[in-house]
Amino acid sequence: MSADSTGSRVVLVTGVSRDLGRRFARRLAAEPGVARVVGVDAVPPRDDIGDVSFVRADIRNPVIAKVLAKEDVDTVVHMSVIATPGSAGGRGTMKELNVIGTMQLLAACQKSASVRHMVVKSTSTVYGASSRDPAMFTEAMGPRREPSSGYAKDVAEIEGYVRGFARRRPDVRVTTLRLANVLGPHVTSPISSYFRLPVIPTVLGFDPRLQFVHETDLMRVLTHAVHSDVAGTFNVAGDGVMLLSQAVRRLRRPTVPLVSPAVGVVASVLKSARMADFSPEQLGFLTFGRGIDTTRMRIELGFEPTYTTEETFADFASTTGRSTTPLERVVDGLASSLPDPDTAGAVRG
Amino acid sequence: MADAEIIPIGTGGRPGRGSGSSRPSRASRTLAGGAAPAARQAPEPEPAPEIEVEHEVEHEVADDARPAATTEDRAPGPGITAAEWLSAFQTGATEVFGAEWEPQLARFLAFLRRRLTGEYAVDEYGFDQEVAEKLLLASLRPIAEKWFRIETRGVENLPAEGGALVVSNHSGTVPLDGLMTMFTVHEQTGRFLRPLGADLVFRLPVISSLARKGGATLACSEDAERMLSGGELVGVWPEGFKGIGKPFTERYKLQRFGRGGFVAAALRTGVPIVPLSVVGAEEIYPLVGNVPSLARLLGVPYVPITPLFPWLGPLGLVPLPSKWLLEFGEPIRTDEYDDGAADDPMLVFNVTDQVRETIQQSLYSLLVERSSVWR
Repeated sequence: MSADSTGSRVVLVTGVSRDLGRRFARRLAAEPGVARVVGVDAVPPRDDIGDVSFVRADIRNPVIAKVLAKEDVDTVVHMSVIATPGSAGGRGTMKELNVIGTMQLLAACQKSASVRHMVVKSTSTVYGASSRDPAMFTEAMGPRREPSSGYAKDVAEIEGYVRGFARRRPDVRVTTLRLANVLGPHVTSPISSYFRLPVIPTVLGFDPRLQFVHETDLMRVLTHAVHSDVAGTFNVAGDGVMLLSQAVRRLRRPTVPLVSPAVGVVASVLKSARMADFSPEQLGFLTFGRGIDTTRMRIELGFEPTYTTEETFADFASTTGRSTTPLERVVDGLASSLPDPDTAGAVRG
Repeated sequence: MADAEIIPIGTGGRPGRGSGSSRPSRASRTLAGGAAPAARQAPEPEPAPEIEVEHEVEHEVADDARPAATTEDRAPGPGITAAEWLSAFQTGATEVFGAEWEPQLARFLAFLRRRLTGEYAVDEYGFDQEVAEKLLLASLRPIAEKWFRIETRGVENLPAEGGALVVSNHSGTVPLDGLMTMFTVHEQTGRFLRPLGADLVFRLPVISSLARKGGATLACSEDAERMLSGGELVGVWPEGFKGIGKPFTERYKLQRFGRGGFVAAALRTGVPIVPLSVVGAEEIYPLVGNVPSLARLLGVPYVPITPLFPWLGPLGLVPLPSKWLLEFGEPIRTDEYDDGAADDPMLVFNVTDQVRETIQQSLYSLLVERSSVWR
């Protein structure tokens, strides 16, 4: 777009009351080539939003169309898809916000003549998690079992509406980013609160594969998608996979392996104690895990994450206040009194 | 009763076995002399330096190039000195790890540390090479070499590098043949065979995580193609549960080879198909009966009844020690077909039949060759 180089992009960001949305909006406002960023949410953000002009509007009602027209918005970044009902007040409200909010936003965008780009932050949860999953999901694959409820279903419906919008407005470039679990020192999400538990409940006999995206990579990929001209759906994840057992060992946290129905009970207890916000699809994820293939992200979207999955987790783990375990100290003490195996082996040939 | 009291008197003044009282008799005390109480403690410290000297000699011989381990900084224990502990430890270490015990132990501690802190890598399928090599495959060695006495032929048919699809017959009620094939391939070529498993494997707790750590992934076309194009040596048992759970009377009769999905995957990726015939696995748990209703209840394909299971309880789980023969056949090339070959069902069926026939024929010839099930 010619508008890119002249620096006259006007970007509307939804979901700025939450931390990641607010920080992304601020970051985008500082980008060259972006004239103005309008942040929209039903509640005002708690922290400083800098150069972002905030408009208090509920995307569930048609007010959003007026905002689009008045501000002459050409790019919409839709980030207000929430994973757990905790912050919204209940599953009903969560579904309203997610699905009806997206429908209203898309309806407004379809009417708007100025909108040219649309970036939707989706999640790899759309692929579900089951024993029949392939090792790595590519963008062309769908879930092995259609989700019947919860976040996974919301996201599947949202993506459906976004595809419908892309079909009806072929002149608008639509980019959907399916992100693996976002983790970082500042992220508060179901998975980060899970890893912050003092004792981590796991599903007995299962060791799921996990992938993470660093929060700065989330910011970078969204910014990249705003500036890019590539349309389509892309998986976004850091390189490599980790096993849950590996992750908890790196955190130096004890685990309690429980049979899966018991994990569900523990999850609801933790939820009522407001220690962690578990969702049913998270239980499936912690049983079977998931891997997403990021070949298209590299080749077509042209994005390279700076953090690998392991580095993302290491950065997150450094903020959890882990300490060395007694067993580790014993092993270290013993090892320090012995010669280094590599050099000793080399000398001996 | 009266005799028992007479016995001590019969010692005739020598220090006797005692009359049951804690003090020796006066007579025996006089005989033993004044040194007797001290002599009871004296022999104990004496052998200790003797042992220590012996071990220090051994130690010096063992590591002439290394500085001797220091013991000064250790506080002496209440009864046994630190030096004694250390020498005992060194003897033990030399016994377990051989003369090179120090670097060996350091290597083991480094391994332990990696496992404790999670600082190891797994590939995208969850394959943990360290666990697979050092624990899973290593624990199969005695079973493969001593119990089943596996004999391998045609290992040269396995490519040294690049993707290839090993297609094998499946038998034995419990998929031990898959584990033994994995062990044999690693033993003979140093490569890891990546098995494709049924979704039941990934639904079961413990088994699912072990399978992924051992290098397995789900038997679906996406994963098969991904692994093959990644240059892995992939193993597939296309008979599936029909093969492994067939009655003993049908032994060595190949079942239907799935729907030929494995051939399509090989055609798409252009890798060779290596047929593998396993003889011996049919006899490990002869399946003479099945409990279909219980199987349906448990959600498993079959509940086996063998001559030993469940009658002998856990003992019935011990596989019969049949003699195994593994023969890798000549590779069937798939890179000469056109690009669209995988979408030609007729061609796929033909290649599937070709693979199946090859395995069946080599099974028959191996059976003729075999003199006995047990030798």
